[in-house]
Amino acid sequence: MPDILSATAASQQADTRAATSLLPLAVTGLAWSAGGQRLVDGVDLMLSDGGVTVIMGPNGAGKSLLIRLLHGLLEPQAGQITWNGQQAGEATRARQAMVFQKPVLLRRSVAANVDFVLRLKGRTDAGMRDGLLDRAGLLVKARQPARALSGGEQQRLAMVRALACQPEVLFLDEPTASLDPASTQAIEEMVREARKDGVKILLVTHDVGQARRLAHDVVFIHRGRVAEHSPAASFFDTPASAPARDYLAGKIVL
Amino acid sequence: MQDFAESFRLAFQLVWQMDGELAAIIGLSLRVSLTAVAISAVIGLPLGAALATMRFRGRGAVLVLVNALMGLPPVVVGLLVYMMLSNAGPLGFLQFLYTPTAMIIAQAILITPIVTALSRQVLEDLNTEYAEQFASLSVPWPARIQALVVDGRYGLLTVLLAGFGRAVAEVGAVIIVGGNIAHLTRVMTTAIALETSKGDLALALALGIVLLAIALAVNAAVMSLRLTAERTAHA
Repeated sequence: MPDILSATAASQQADTRAATSLLPLAVTGLAWSAGGQRLVDGVDLMLSDGGVTVIMGPNGAGKSLLIRLLHGLLEPQAGQITWNGQQAGEATRARQAMVFQKPVLLRRSVAANVDFVLRLKGRTDAGMRDGLLDRAGLLVKARQPARALSGGEQQRLAMVRALACQPEVLFLDEPTASLDPASTQAIEEMVREARKDGVKILLVTHDVGQARRLAHDVVFIHRGRVAEHSPAASFFDTPASAPARDYLAGKIVL
Repeated sequence: MQDFAESFRLAFQLVWQMDGELAAIIGLSLRVSLTAVAISAVIGLPLGAALATMRFRGRGAVLVLVNALMGLPPVVVGLLVYMMLSNAGPLGFLQFLYTPTAMIIAQAILITPIVTALSRQVLEDLNTEYAEQFASLSVPWPARIQALVVDGRYGLLTVLLAGFGRAVAEVGAVIIVGGNIAHLTRVMTTAIALETSKGDLALALALGIVLLAIALAVNAAVMSLRLTAERTAHA
């Protein structure tokens, strides 16, 4: 068992050599408020390595909001986000992709959902589409309406569609929330494949087991701030911040 | 009571035999209303799509106006079109008054706000659902509109059917601008009004039966579209 763990750790270490030129990500003094509440409250963060960065924290801590800001879906109200020195925005977003907690699929077939993205990116490659669908175990369902798929299959299709963008950075917002173990495993396998291909992944999850399996480093968010940013091993073994310790112990973090 | 029953018997006989005059009236009604729907689709669908996806100053006022125009009284539309097309009007030189073209114009004006407002609603709901995903994928505006129209096709077809139902059943505008001229501008609704006033209930009833059948067919088509959408999980 220790051999397996060390092999996984070694593999994760090797996969942190990201192919992306978008890194490092530098965030300084990032803030975002709504309804008079500071939901993201002065976040400072530096991500230089590839691999999977897991973002954890209690409900309402500002995790999903943070990755929307990083992806450029929301404009920061204060602070700065730069990807390798480039301000976050339309140009950086074009080199990224995002999978949402609830997959948003077009009202058309599985294959047409992927084709839509490929056409946007200037590629009409049926071979690439079929290859991606095959890797996700969805090729046999290519002609079926996307919305007739099960929840797990829909999320796999959302992953396929995101990967069809050939992103350098992939944001995953609780992609396995409410999925069964088999579907969760399938999504995690796709994450590992993407990581091997050099895609930098930022994964929001509440699943501690999943975080342990996938994370290279963990960013713990509490009350809109970064309470801790540590390598995965040290975060899970010896969390430095009190909120992270309480969270991992299953206590309610206020 | 006997006259009433006799009128029904004659009406069904007319429909069954598809009397020449009856067929001509039905044909003209369908031609006028379908053309009006086509015109309102060309104008109303892009307008609805623009209102659904664009945010601009005064958008709220435009929405209120479009929604209010859905309730345009047909006789008022008829009167305005009459004034525009009459010889004294600015478009009198076109000589469209008392022609099917005038009736098409009046019906198109009547149903374009309906098509615009309802298609705006269909596409806005879809746009709200897709907005974040489209932003993430950096989908350009034309591709976004195209995707919304393709994915909202069942809803939009229902909108067009609703427009057709309104147009084909309308009498106030077409009687003013068409004049209800036999073999030229007489459509089902104007003929029903005329034949009823003349006391020829059989022809009026026959036309009424056809109108009801068309209304039923339109509703059946709407339901069938909805079921198809649900069956193919596009809804």
